[in-house]
Amino acid sequence: MNYDMNDVKKIHVPTMAELMAKGEQPDVLFWVGCAGSFDDRAKKITKAFVKILNHINYKFAVLGTEESCSGDPAKRAGNEFLFQMQAMANIEVMNAYEVKRIVTTCPHCFNTLKNEYPDLGGHYEVVHHTQLLQSLIDEGRLTVEGGAYKGKKITFHDPCYLGRANEVYDAPRTLIEKLDAELVEMKRCKSKGLCCGAGGAQMFKEPEKGAKDVNIERTEDAIETSAEIIATGCPFCNTMMTDGVKNKEKEEQVKVLDLAEMIAQANDL
Amino acid sequence: MGISNLIFALSLVTAIFLFRRNVLKIKRNIFLGRDVNRSDQSFLRWKTMARVALGQTKMMVKPIAGFLHVIVYAGFVIINIEVLEIIIDGLFGTHRVFSFLGVFYDFLIASFEILALLVLLACVLFFIRRNGLRLKRFAAKEVSGWPKTDANLILVFEVLLMGAFLLMQGADLALQKMGTAYYVEAGSYPVSSYLLFLFEGMSESSVILFERFFWWVHILGIFAFLNYLPYSKHLHIVLAFPNTYYSNLKAKGAFTNMDSVTQEVKLMLDPDADPYATPDPDSSDDIQRFGAKDVTDLNWVQLMNAYSCTECGRCTSECPANQTGKLLSPRKIMMDTRDRLETYGAEIDAGDDQENQRPLLDGYISREELWACTTCNACTDACPINIDPLSIILDMRRYLVMEESAAPNELNMVFTNIENNGAPWQFSAADRLKWKDEL
Ligand code: SF4
Ligand code: SF4
Repeated sequence: MNYDMNDVKKIHVPTMAELMAKGEQPDVLFWVGCAGSFDDRAKKITKAFVKILNHINYKFAVLGTEESCSGDPAKRAGNEFLFQMQAMANIEVMNAYEVKRIVTTCPHCFNTLKNEYPDLGGHYEVVHHTQLLQSLIDEGRLTVEGGAYKGKKITFHDPCYLGRANEVYDAPRTLIEKLDAELVEMKRCKSKGLCCGAGGAQMFKEPEKGAKDVNIERTEDAIETSAEIIATGCPFCNTMMTDGVKNKEKEEQVKVLDLAEMIAQANDL
Repeated sequence: MGISNLIFALSLVTAIFLFRRNVLKIKRNIFLGRDVNRSDQSFLRWKTMARVALGQTKMMVKPIAGFLHVIVYAGFVIINIEVLEIIIDGLFGTHRVFSFLGVFYDFLIASFEILALLVLLACVLFFIRRNGLRLKRFAAKEVSGWPKTDANLILVFEVLLMGAFLLMQGADLALQKMGTAYYVEAGSYPVSSYLLFLFEGMSESSVILFERFFWWVHILGIFAFLNYLPYSKHLHIVLAFPNTYYSNLKAKGAFTNMDSVTQEVKLMLDPDADPYATPDPDSSDDIQRFGAKDVTDLNWVQLMNAYSCTECGRCTSECPANQTGKLLSPRKIMMDTRDRLETYGAEIDAGDDQENQRPLLDGYISREELWACTTCNACTDACPINIDPLSIILDMRRYLVMEESAAPNELNMVFTNIENNGAPWQFSAADRLKWKDEL
C-alpha cells in the first residue's frame, strides 16, 4: 500500500500514560498486539486503523511500551505459567489505568482479553476492530464509500478466533458490503471456515509432517472464488494467506488485505 | 407360570444384571477423571441437550445422513414402547396385553410397523454407504479393524431386530386370521400383512412355531444388543444426553485458566510472599501434575466424551491438520482416550499395577499428533454431540510443556522471547511503539 509520503500532517498516537498525566481517559484503548507492533506487514494494518480513528477524531490511546504479549501463543502451546504471568502483568497495567473498553486488530488478543482475562481479574469490554468500525458506521460517525473497491469481488477468510471461537461473522461482512463490493463466499466459510494454519502457536513453528501446508489448502479455497481480494481480519491469517498466494504465484491477480486497510484506502487516508 | 415365562424372567434379569454391572464400571471409569464443575446454568444445559441430543440439530449439517439417522433414532425410541408390552407378555404369559387400548392400539402397532420398516431400510442404506461408497471418513486408519466391525455389527443387529419384529408380526397376523386361540385379533398391520404369503399353506402349529421363534429372536436380540452397548460406540444412544448436558457452554475460544497455576503465579508476583515458606500441609495431598499424561489426569467430562464418541469422524473431516495429511485426527484422540480408559479400568478390576501400563501420552497418542493442532475448534464445532477433543489436546500439551519441558524447539524460543521481550519474536520491548514514527 502506498500512503502519500508528502502528507506531512503528523498523526499523534497518545499513550495511556500521557493521557493519565493530563487526567484524561480515552474512549477506547487500542490494543496493538505483538504482530501489529513488530511485524512489517501487520504494522500496515495498525497504521491504517489508527488513521481511521484519527480521521474521525475518535479518542483512543495505546499502552505503547507498557503493552506486552497477551499470552495467547503461550497458552495454546500449553505454557499456562507463561500465559498467566503475561496476563496478570497486563491486567495490572490496565487496571491501574482503569481501562474499560478495548479494541484490537488481532483476533487472538481479542479472544484472550475477552474470554480469559476476566477470571484473572481483568474485566473489560473487548471488541474486534471490525466490530468497532461497523458500529462507527452505524452511528454515522464514519462514512465509507467504495472507492477503488466498488464492485470488486472480495472474499472474506474467517479467522478461527473471531469466527468459531467468538461467533463474530457479520461485522466483517457488513464492512465489505459498505465498500460496495461483491462479497463472494468460499465453499467453507463462517462456522465451517478452514483455519489458515497459524493458530495454536503453529505460526511460530514448522508444520508437522503432512501432505500439504494448511495455508495452501485455504488459499486454494480463496482462489477458487475468483475474488480479486482476500479480506482478512487477523494479522496472522494475513501472513498465511499472503504466503499462500505467493506460493500459487497469484500475487498479480489476488491481493490480501485487512478490512482496516481497505476502509482507510477507500477513504483516501 | 409356565417354563417359558421362567426362562424369559431369567433372561430379563440376567440382561439387566449384566448391563447394570457394565454401566457401573463405566461410571467408575469416568469418575477416575478429575473434578470439573459443570453444575451451573442448568436451564441452558437442558436447552442444549434438548436441541443437540434430542433435536439432533448438528446431525442435520449433513442432511441425508442426518435424516436417515433421525429415522433410526426415532424408530428405535418409539418401538421401545412395544418392548414394554413384550416384556409384560413374556413375564405373565399374556398376549398383546395392551390390545384393550382398541383403536389406539391399532394406531400404535401400525406406527411401530412403519417405523420398523423405515429403520430397516435406513440401516441397509447406511450399510451400503459405509461399505460401498468409500467415504473418506469411514476409510481412515483409526476406524479399520474392530471399529469398522463394530459399526457394521450395529447395523446388522438393527436389521435383524427389525426383521424379526416384522416376521413375528406377520406370523401373529396369520394366526389371528386362522382364529387360533390365544392370538387375539388386535392391531393393524400395514407392513407385515405383505408377509402373510410366507405362512400360506402352513399348519397352524408350524405358524405358531415361527411366531414364537421370531418373538424370542426379537426380544433376546434386544437383550443382547443392550449388553453390547457398553462395548460399542453405540453407547452414544445413552451418553449423548449427559454428554450434551455437561458440554462446555463458554465461548469456544475461552480455554480454561488452570487454578493451580494461578496460585503459583500470584505467589511469584507477590512481593511479600516468602519463597521459602513450607507449602500448606493441608493442600499437599491434592498436588496434581500439570496437564495430562494419562486418562486420570483428564476431567470426567473429557472421559465421558470418550465413551460417548460415535466415531463418526465429522470432527476429523473438518480438521485442517488432518485434511492436509498430518497425523492428527481428533476422532482418534477420542478413541484412544476411551481405549486407554478401558484398559485402565480392566487393570483395576484385575488388581494389577498401573505402573506397567502404557499411558495415554506416547502409549496411544503421539507428540507429533498433539503438535499438529492449530486449536481452530473445527472439531468441536462439527461434533454432533458437543465432544471437545481440543481440550484433551491442550491438556496433553500442558503436560509436555510444564512437566517435561518438551515443547518443539521453536516454541521454546517463543517462550523465551515472550518472557524476555514481551513478544514471541526477538524484538526489543522498547521498540514496541516504533510504528507510530512511520505514520
Ligand atoms: S482444533 Fe485441532 S484437532 Fe480440532 S480441528 Fe482444529 S486442528 Fe484439528
Ligand atoms: S468426537 Fe464427535 S465428531 Fe468426532 S468422531 Fe466422535 S462423535 Fe464424531
